[in-house]
Amino acid sequence: MADLVPLYMLLAFVLIAGIIAVETHDLLSSVLCMGAVGFGLSLAEMVLKAPDLVLAGVVVEVFALVLLIRIVITRQEAPEEFVENTPTVALTGGIILSIFIGMLICFQSTGFTPFGQPLMNMGRAYLEEGVTQGVQNQVTAVLLDYRAYDTLGEVTVIFTAIMGCYALLRRQGEKEIEGNDTNS
Amino acid sequence: MRGMTLIVKTTAGVLLGFIALFGLHVVVTGHIEPGGGFAGGVILAAGLLLMVLAFGADEMRERLGERLAVIWESVGAIGFLVVALLGFIAGAFFSNFLPRATGFELFAGGSIPFADIAIALNVGAGLFGAFLMLAAYRTARGKDQTEGRGE
Amino acid sequence: MEAYLPYILCVGLFAIGLYAIAVKKNLIKIIIGIILIHHSTNLFLVLVGFRLPENGSPLAPVKPAPHEQISKAEFLARSVDPVPQALMLTSIVIGLSITALIVVIAIRLHEKYGTYDLTKIRELRG
Repeated sequence: MADLVPLYMLLAFVLIAGIIAVETHDLLSSVLCMGAVGFGLSLAEMVLKAPDLVLAGVVVEVFALVLLIRIVITRQEAPEEFVENTPTVALTGGIILSIFIGMLICFQSTGFTPFGQPLMNMGRAYLEEGVTQGVQNQVTAVLLDYRAYDTLGEVTVIFTAIMGCYALLRRQGEKEIEGNDTNS
Repeated sequence: MRGMTLIVKTTAGVLLGFIALFGLHVVVTGHIEPGGGFAGGVILAAGLLLMVLAFGADEMRERLGERLAVIWESVGAIGFLVVALLGFIAGAFFSNFLPRATGFELFAGGSIPFADIAIALNVGAGLFGAFLMLAAYRTARGKDQTEGRGE
Repeated sequence: MEAYLPYILCVGLFAIGLYAIAVKKNLIKIIIGIILIHHSTNLFLVLVGFRLPENGSPLAPVKPAPHEQISKAEFLARSVDPVPQALMLTSIVIGLSITALIVVIAIRLHEKYGTYDLTKIRELRG
């Protein structure tokens, strides 16, 4: 329990940053708090002994921050929060109550072990065979040798998402400002 | 999107070399040290993002262009599929067929480093291309944004 | 409930994201809610694979260097689960691509309607 204190501190930091990101009225502040959420989660993954996730998480968080700042800063007007009156109390209470009831049902089921004691049926088999082979990084061995189909699906998803971005950012048949024709 | 001053451009050009070197190191030693194709790919994309932010979208479109980004992304995706289909030599789809060794050598992983390089090309070039299109989109529609609002 | 405390904090983050999607009227707050839900799901699955062994500290699933003498049985008893970490590594990069796609959609919406308010986007006909 004593060596989990950094984990609890980081999770509390991420929770507070998430609440600030959702509730503040200034859009630029909420985007910066999202950067804090991503960075805090990457540090939490360092405590959870996942070094590849730390590398990818920090760089992905910086990239997402640049993307979010781009839609917040426009040239015409200052971004402002549009506050309307919605039944917030009833809706919020309903959401949180339903989530916690779902959690209670989940914790009473048999397959959900307490924190720190995973079942590891598949992980133990992969580790036992993977340690005898030549690959040192077992996470890469699982990702590219034992579970390579999932990586193929992931390559497909990334390719499709990027093609979607290209398709949405084309201008069909419109001229540019200088008068040249766009080839889309 | 305009670029920045000369100091920022020079520093970004120097830093791109180090970022690319680190990204390639993370990709190629993915089976020895923590890292791999995905982490190395996003590091390369972040280095190219630094170039787009420093030089401006127009100049980067002339130098690297989004056609090149699409071509490299497709090469990465098809390369991963070719590595998977070459596993048929050893009898099964996705089989790890190259010789393996135990120990901390660079060629100890079989066909894993080639799959890592293909994934890094796919992820890195794809994210760079998407951000380049996003940054260049604002420039060409700069004057039309005021008459595009429906009020 | 003491042993489930990290899970409860993670589900709390999920609830914050869901509240942002359901209640907020600004498009950027909805995008922030989507990203929060994605982060909480990644964290939950990495938390499931974590192991606290009785003797010693948990080990990352990387085979130790030859100059550190850890036997195979001890490594298997102290290592964390590598399968959720591998799948969440791909999930993080997929989350970035989905964020880029959502941002592109938001930019096109803002260009067409001139505002990020959802009630005005529903009223106007483009």
